[in-house]
Amino acid sequence: MEVLPTGRAVPSLVGMITNTEVPRREYVDGTTAIVRGAIDAGCTFFAGYPITPASGILMSMMREIPKVGGVAIQGEDEIASIGMCLGAAMSGAKAMTATSGPGISLYSESIGLAIMGEVPLVIIDVQRLGPATGGATTVAQGDVQFVRWGTGGGYPVIVLAPSSVPESYSLTVKAFELAERFRCPVFLLTDKELAMTLSAVDVDESAIARDTARQEKHEGLPYSWEPADAVEPMRRYGEGDAFRFTGSTHDEGAYITKNAAKVGALNEHLIAKIEAHRDEIEMVDADLVAGADTIVVSYGVTAGAARAAVTRLRSEGIGVSSLVVQSLWPIPETALNEAFDGVDRIVVPELNMGLYSREIERIAAGRAVIGVNRIDGGLITIDEIVEAVR
Amino acid sequence: MSAITITPIATFRTDDPYPFCPGCGHGPILDRLNEAMIKLELDPTKVVIVSDIGCSGLSDQYFVTSAFHGLHGRSTTYATGIKLANPDLEVVVIMGDGGTGIGGTHLISAARRNIGITVIVMNNLNFGMTGGQHSTTTPEGGITSTTPFGNLEHPLDICATVGVNGAAYVYRGSSFDSDLADRFAAAMMKPGFALLDVWDLCTAYYVRSNKFTRAGMEESMRSWGMEPGLLYEREAAEYSAGYRLAHAAITGSPVAGAHPIPVGFTHALDRPMSLVVAGSAGGKVRSASRLVALGGIRSGLWAAQRDDYPVTVKSGHSVSELWIAPGEMPLTAVTRPDVLAIISSDGYGKAGPYLGAMTSDDLVLTIPEHSDLETQARVAVLDPKSAESRIPKTSMGLVYLSAALAITNPYPLDALREAAGAGSFAEANLAAVETGVALVE
Repeated sequence: MEVLPTGRAVPSLVGMITNTEVPRREYVDGTTAIVRGAIDAGCTFFAGYPITPASGILMSMMREIPKVGGVAIQGEDEIASIGMCLGAAMSGAKAMTATSGPGISLYSESIGLAIMGEVPLVIIDVQRLGPATGGATTVAQGDVQFVRWGTGGGYPVIVLAPSSVPESYSLTVKAFELAERFRCPVFLLTDKELAMTLSAVDVDESAIARDTARQEKHEGLPYSWEPADAVEPMRRYGEGDAFRFTGSTHDEGAYITKNAAKVGALNEHLIAKIEAHRDEIEMVDADLVAGADTIVVSYGVTAGAARAAVTRLRSEGIGVSSLVVQSLWPIPETALNEAFDGVDRIVVPELNMGLYSREIERIAAGRAVIGVNRIDGGLITIDEIVEAVR
Repeated sequence: MSAITITPIATFRTDDPYPFCPGCGHGPILDRLNEAMIKLELDPTKVVIVSDIGCSGLSDQYFVTSAFHGLHGRSTTYATGIKLANPDLEVVVIMGDGGTGIGGTHLISAARRNIGITVIVMNNLNFGMTGGQHSTTTPEGGITSTTPFGNLEHPLDICATVGVNGAAYVYRGSSFDSDLADRFAAAMMKPGFALLDVWDLCTAYYVRSNKFTRAGMEESMRSWGMEPGLLYEREAAEYSAGYRLAHAAITGSPVAGAHPIPVGFTHALDRPMSLVVAGSAGGKVRSASRLVALGGIRSGLWAAQRDDYPVTVKSGHSVSELWIAPGEMPLTAVTRPDVLAIISSDGYGKAGPYLGAMTSDDLVLTIPEHSDLETQARVAVLDPKSAESRIPKTSMGLVYLSAALAITNPYPLDALREAAGAGSFAEANLAAVETGVALVE
């Protein structure tokens, strides 16, 4: 038997097994984790259109959702798919769709409709390298601003970003919770590697007996914006009295209006319901070291190399903090500000040319922000991040 | 049991007058829709009127039913979702000829699916709300604000388009038809997809620019090859009901029913180990990598594999990077593999960066064709021809990875044998493992 070489530059271990219990693990990819998360969160409607690297979610939902009495359909295109989701959501379904960057382009108008009509909808964006057709089987993180600003008007959406297979599950569940809580589209921003990489994970038995029923009402006006951050329970077609839905500026009964006071109240409400409750949404995985002058801020697939780089640097005696952003939008400003206290260098690795680091720069208030960027389809390596920190 | 008496309501209209121009046909069409719903004694709380953009999109506000007012041309998609999620609802789409143009593919697909919705097209041959521009139904020669010298495009035959593509009920008529309410009622009673192409006068624009009148409407239809009347009728399963029927027997635990992989071995790793297999698409490279991972998991290891291949799936390269490790580890790229197996020229073409990074601590296994490769790593040339029997292309990955495990011994070969024997293609996989082990003995 040959002995393996030691002392190599390899990823750090999150936690060595020290107990003697027999592990209960399975070998799954992010796609499976997302589908499980959706089913466990009570998803009963899925519509999507084939696109690499998101097709696995479509194919899996077609097989799985009938088992829970739901409906899955392959639309004639992305526009139809998200349109069906909006209709189904108003009929009482918890709806999800999945695509990649080119499909998000086609979703654009309907994302606006979901915002305006306050429709809970989970949108999975399995990012691939762009622009245009780009690289279908190639990883990138180029949609991080696009999903936030991808429809007219500039109104807020929520965007979560998993960085592992277990997080692909837990953040999908969270996306459904937030979509229901705030009646808005919630994106899960993942990518080709996270969706298609197989990983050993501990069998998660926490998902049993979750209460997934939608909080809804069967009478009365479909909307309210008094106070501005109020979120009215959903109505459902066919239950109780008739009610309306519109994508135009409207009053609380969804009747079209140009009354300035009502229009202003509606639009302020669409912002306030999220902005006033950022504390319910903002999520990070902070791993801070007291006195460290450098912090690595990462998200999504790039967080893998970032975490490994930080562990290696610490093993070499270099104190460095790590913060993985899980809620990209709204930006977790409170956690970032806390983490930046006493720090003078912020390293931001991402698979684009600095799309999120511009947000970090705003919050960093003059601290040095150092990007580690790659747009050739490869992953940022541990060495590249280590080098940037040193 | 007590009988519940439902009193049919007298009107589905609100008290508000329509907002349409004098002489516009939209109001009369909506009145006929109202009469049809009264005649059918529908429950307004079970009716959803779906509309989109343009003058037709104002319609839903004048009814006491539920309503979904969405984006231009997409009304059919919302209606499909509403009906799929609740087949008990009566879903009526009101759209204009503008919407049929922008959402033409949705109409075709709704017809093909035979989804149980009723589409009323208020077809006034131009865009009335935005200034009289031409639409997909503007007749050839028609004068509009965007065809000031006459329309050069052939008008869309909406009825033929959906009729030949599976619609259950297709009617063409006009706002002046005396039996229009009955036609609407018949369409709504039809379980499948129904479309009524109802022509009417846009008094603000098309009438004024083209001397188009009620008297000439029916004659014009015929002269343009678009006959009025009931044009298509078909009996076929409605989609939302058909979906439920087709899936009624699909039960069982969804994906959540995870099956833990049994652990029956111990491993010898004290740090993560990376193995890369570089081959050709269609050669089961990813499957081989997966089996090595599963063998590791059966030995108490963690594992993760990142695959790279072109979009063509069955041609070009296929490279799988595999980590096996004694602890959970974040997802990272392999930059310097402990072991690299080159099993085809496609794979060799992708191996350069790995070969350049590897050192004498590392091991390359290669087919003889690339025995002259340049690297600092130790190189073992394995000749598949020296195997006792011919190695199929689809087994090469597992053969070479088994050889690599036999040399490096991170976990027991019996764990790999168990993994290979547990899934699909067990016989071929077990043979590949033995072939690989024999190649390095």
